[in-house]
Amino acid sequence: MPRGTTLMPGDAAQMPGGAAPPPREVSMLPKAATLLRFAALGLLLTFLLTPQSFAPLFQPLTQYGAPPIYDQGSLLVLALAQIATVCCAAAASTLVAVSLGILVTRARGAQFLPLSRTLVNIGQTFPPVAVLAIAVPLVGFGLKPTLIALFCYGLLPIFENTVSGLRGCPPAVIEAASGMGMNARQRLLSVELPLAMPLILEGIRLSLVISVGTAAIGSTVGAKGLGEVIIAGLLSNNNAFILQGGLLTGLMAILLYDALAAVERRVCPNNV
Amino acid sequence: MISIQDLSKLYGTTTVVDRVSMDIERHSITVVVGTSGSGKSTLLRMINRLVEPTGGRVLIDGNDTTHEPAHLLRRRIGYAIQGNGLFPHRTVAENIATVPRLLGWDQARQRARVDELLAVFQLDPAEFAGKFPHQLSGGQQQRVGVARALAAEPEVLLMDEPFGALDPIIRAKAQEDLLDIQRRFGTTIVLVTHDMDEAFRLGSRVAVMSRGRLLQYDRPAMLLTHPADPFVAQLTGLADRAMRLLSLTTAGEAAVPDSSSAPHSSSVAHSSAVPTVAASASLREALSELVWRGADSASVIDASGAPCGTLTVAAILAHGRRIDA
Repeated sequence: MPRGTTLMPGDAAQMPGGAAPPPREVSMLPKAATLLRFAALGLLLTFLLTPQSFAPLFQPLTQYGAPPIYDQGSLLVLALAQIATVCCAAAASTLVAVSLGILVTRARGAQFLPLSRTLVNIGQTFPPVAVLAIAVPLVGFGLKPTLIALFCYGLLPIFENTVSGLRGCPPAVIEAASGMGMNARQRLLSVELPLAMPLILEGIRLSLVISVGTAAIGSTVGAKGLGEVIIAGLLSNNNAFILQGGLLTGLMAILLYDALAAVERRVCPNNV
Repeated sequence: MISIQDLSKLYGTTTVVDRVSMDIERHSITVVVGTSGSGKSTLLRMINRLVEPTGGRVLIDGNDTTHEPAHLLRRRIGYAIQGNGLFPHRTVAENIATVPRLLGWDQARQRARVDELLAVFQLDPAEFAGKFPHQLSGGQQQRVGVARALAAEPEVLLMDEPFGALDPIIRAKAQEDLLDIQRRFGTTIVLVTHDMDEAFRLGSRVAVMSRGRLLQYDRPAMLLTHPADPFVAQLTGLADRAMRLLSLTTAGEAAVPDSSSAPHSSSVAHSSAVPTVAASASLREALSELVWRGADSASVIDASGAPCGTLTVAAILAHGRRIDA
């Protein structure tokens, strides 16, 4: 790594004696992580934009001359459709879960905490496949049942993190806010939510990442997504399809997780 | 003036504050002392309606505090608490400007007030305005907390054990600062503490509470010389009450002016050997100085260094003596 070597003399000059090594170690780690992230992003984009360039790699996994790369639709379109589905569902879960979390942490809504918690828990424990099975007869095939399943599945982490974030505000700070003459709304918007924001964002991040993986099953009821590739592979006994569908979904989940972590750091730079 | 009339607070069947009545003078520091659970904090919090009274009422300048929404009332009353309660996600300047912002002051006025208060509390605005609370020391955080409470120029400042979390040296400094602030802004301060020394040091009047009841509300010297109740006597300290009493009078107040007509030649001759005591020092400090030096009398000098009288050990001791009716 040429970059690392050029930095070292500078470090040594600034920090004499034994103080130099620890900062260098710390600064190397994020650098390696960033490098890995860019590699993952590059891999994902290359795969989505020029899938055929990976054909030789997947060729050994196919049998009887089956196509090594999914050929019944554009991988890029499927990936984007999956991301869009996940984002729609997550936006809805965030709105509902955060509102519910705010409600049950107010004095007036405290009695609804056990009920809300039970409902949200059911959403998490009920398998998304089962939700699909119930939703299809009600709303038909396609995007809708998938959105419903992802919405239910994504509520729990956001709700729980909102509740613990709001409850975790130091009592002295809340007391001071009231004592300064903030009304309930001002206190919520300018003190409680900003202080709970890191935890809420973490909940959203967790929920989104779970949803990216789960969204693949939506393809069983006709929602567009990379699940289509996996299902096609299962039906035609084509391991290459299964692997690339899974690989692309996994890469998207990891990159989304990292991107949201970066957003969090930008939004809440003063987390102590 | 704050007039507390027959104020009570019940939680279920537990009486936390029991029919307390007291008048708090304008431009004074009133200290409410009591053991934990005496109801002193609840009493304080009923003044700005963080706790709604079960019975009785509070008048500020003759106006019943329930006649306006609680959050508007609180913007006119400063409030500082133990552990300061600074907003961790806001800078020092933003913290201090909290109430001015709620009141809709324009930016320039907010900034001017923040800079003024930072200067008053010996925090360089250029250095501290942009810092976050976690970047400050405990003493600095406490000062910012009081500055925030004073930001909108409130006539009344309520303080709930504001110095409880500070170490003794920083606490003494904070108490000095508070006395200065009170003199500078003329704010009416009501302070709650369990620290008797703090009460005697700061309070022009001290209210002693126990089990929700106000046992005595009087000048500090009266609490020592005429305790209304054995509990008050116990709380004010039986063992060192004479010393406490001495600490309430300054050397300047007790000094006997030198007879200017006939200065003794001997006292002039010995003036270099006679210890000097600042007029602002308490008699307790003056006595300590005399005991230390092994002298019988001291020359009292004012802030400019000019002698303004003499103080003898006998005169000091007389001030610490029990006054019997």
